[in-house]
Amino acid sequence: MITFDAVTKRYPDGTVAVDRLDLEAPTGEITVLVGPSGCGKTTSLRMINRMIDATEGRILLDGAPVQDIDPPTLRRGIGYVIQQAGLFPHRKIVDNIATVPHLLGWDKKKARARAMELLERVGLDPGLAGRYPFQLSGGQQQRVGVARALAADPPVLLMDEPFSAVDPIVRTSLQDELLRLQAELNKTIVFVTHDIDEAIKLGDRVAVLRVGGKLAQVADPKTLLSDPADDFVREFLGRDRGIRRLQFISTEGLRLRTDMTGDAAGPWRLVVDADGRPTGWVSRERPDELEPYGTFVRGRDPMRSALDAALLSPSGCAVAVDEDGKVVGVATRETLDEALAEAADG
Amino acid sequence: MNLLFSFFDWLAGFFGNGENWSGPSGIPMRLLEHLEFSALALALAVLIAIPLGLLIGHTGRGGVIVVISANLARALPTLGLLVMFVLLMGTASSLPVIIPLVLLAVPPILVNTFEGIKGVDPDLRDAAFGMGLRGPQVLGRVSVPVALPLILLGCRLAAIQVVATTTVAAYTGLGGLGRFVIDGFATKDYSSVVGGSVLIVLFALVVQALFALAQRVTVSPGVSRRVKVR
Ligand SMILES: Nc1ncnc2c1ncn2[C@@H]1O[C@H](COP(=O)(O)OP(=O)(O)O)[C@@H](O)[C@H]1O
Ligand SMILES: [Mg+2]
Repeated sequence: MITFDAVTKRYPDGTVAVDRLDLEAPTGEITVLVGPSGCGKTTSLRMINRMIDATEGRILLDGAPVQDIDPPTLRRGIGYVIQQAGLFPHRKIVDNIATVPHLLGWDKKKARARAMELLERVGLDPGLAGRYPFQLSGGQQQRVGVARALAADPPVLLMDEPFSAVDPIVRTSLQDELLRLQAELNKTIVFVTHDIDEAIKLGDRVAVLRVGGKLAQVADPKTLLSDPADDFVREFLGRDRGIRRLQFISTEGLRLRTDMTGDAAGPWRLVVDADGRPTGWVSRERPDELEPYGTFVRGRDPMRSALDAALLSPSGCAVAVDEDGKVVGVATRETLDEALAEAADG
Repeated sequence: MNLLFSFFDWLAGFFGNGENWSGPSGIPMRLLEHLEFSALALALAVLIAIPLGLLIGHTGRGGVIVVISANLARALPTLGLLVMFVLLMGTASSLPVIIPLVLLAVPPILVNTFEGIKGVDPDLRDAAFGMGLRGPQVLGRVSVPVALPLILLGCRLAAIQVVATTTVAAYTGLGGLGRFVIDGFATKDYSSVVGGSVLIVLFALVVQALFALAQRVTVSPGVSRRVKVR
């Protein structure tokens, strides 16, 4: 666990970048620091690996003050990923990844084997090992940056806007990749971003900072969206806070209708194949035409997916399926409405 | 046509003359002197300018001093210094030639080393420190390999100037390839003038080629981007 204990950073020019910050980043979780530009996210992050030293207060790493550890030694035990990847241009990809193992004096063969393993782990073709950084795309470089940070298997990972410089599609895949990796590795991650969507997607806990380096709120994403602490946080969460909240509302208890398949009498009828999978909607007006449908996996997908599925179909209904894709029922406008009303209350 | 004919005639006369290939004023000896003066001056300049440039570039302190002193040194007339040192110290040793040559060679090496190290991408240094490299490791393992093309450029510029100026050292009565030209003019021995000039040009070309080779061998393909993009 990483603990900020009344940490203040005042730069020589008098700027207070972080102001009496109390924060915990629990072991094995992703803690996201989010806030507008200049609110002290980077400064906070860099005080953990002593790239910057705190002016007042203490930062503890599993109870031990980082101030007591020699910076290079401390940093070799903490993975660090920055926005521009910062790969060494003169070294091949495999050697870039093996940087910290080399520093720690690992056997050459072992360091290389580890680097090759990580290359695959972060979703890169092992054939890239012999290339130089300039031969890789921005997204590939960023993956190498993550692999390099993980090379010596540090328990802690610090990431400063690592995905901000790549295009949105690549960013989404990098985010998914990070979540997949984290599910396997359970690192203690502190992730900095200015993008609230990224914070909500990645964070187990999200800490919102305001300019001047004060902590505005720290909570899990769901609580943050449902109970913003003040106007600043509400404003920062943006206009579609309500829609985003649907991401965290389960479809487990959603009431489903099971009387809309087969020869149901209503205006819309769901056609199902022999295996019980949906094939399309048929309306009473045009019984010969199959209309498009949308599905969600009941219990696994959130309410947002159910609503999305309903909006995709002219029937206005979302098809609930199980993990195998077999129809378990239909969420209609009415049943979705009920669930939304309940969510708004709770 | 006539001139060209005489040129080759002089050349043949110079290189074909067996006397020119032996003795203290023969081609091998003069070549060796030239090599000695320029190599020694360049080596001393490298020993002074590179550590200084690395230190100042890495710590980011004292950059103004580099630029000012480099410009001052550049403004010094090398030939004037040469004559002055020879008058002061005589020609018993090669020191009066070496000192001005070193003063000539230091600025380009110092400035390019300093600029090269200072110009290393701050994100790159940041990543290096962030992974736990110590200051000297960041300098040696990251900044120097990345700045190497500029450092070598500085050395090459210095070498060109030193080799050219060593020619002038002959004026002071010291050796080197310049002697063929100067003595040749004095005695109206034009084959010596032409042959000497050709030797000087060849010498400079060989030095250039050596630096090009050094660049190819020492600069990472990742920095020079000299790799085929597959
Ligand atoms: N080296 C520095 N010297 C003075 N002020 C700085 C320095 N670095 C950052 N700051 C200031 O501290 C504040 C927080 O900066 P930073 O931590 O980089 O914010 P963020 O990462 O949230 O954008 C800003 O006002 C910034 O201008
Ligand atoms: Mg920042």
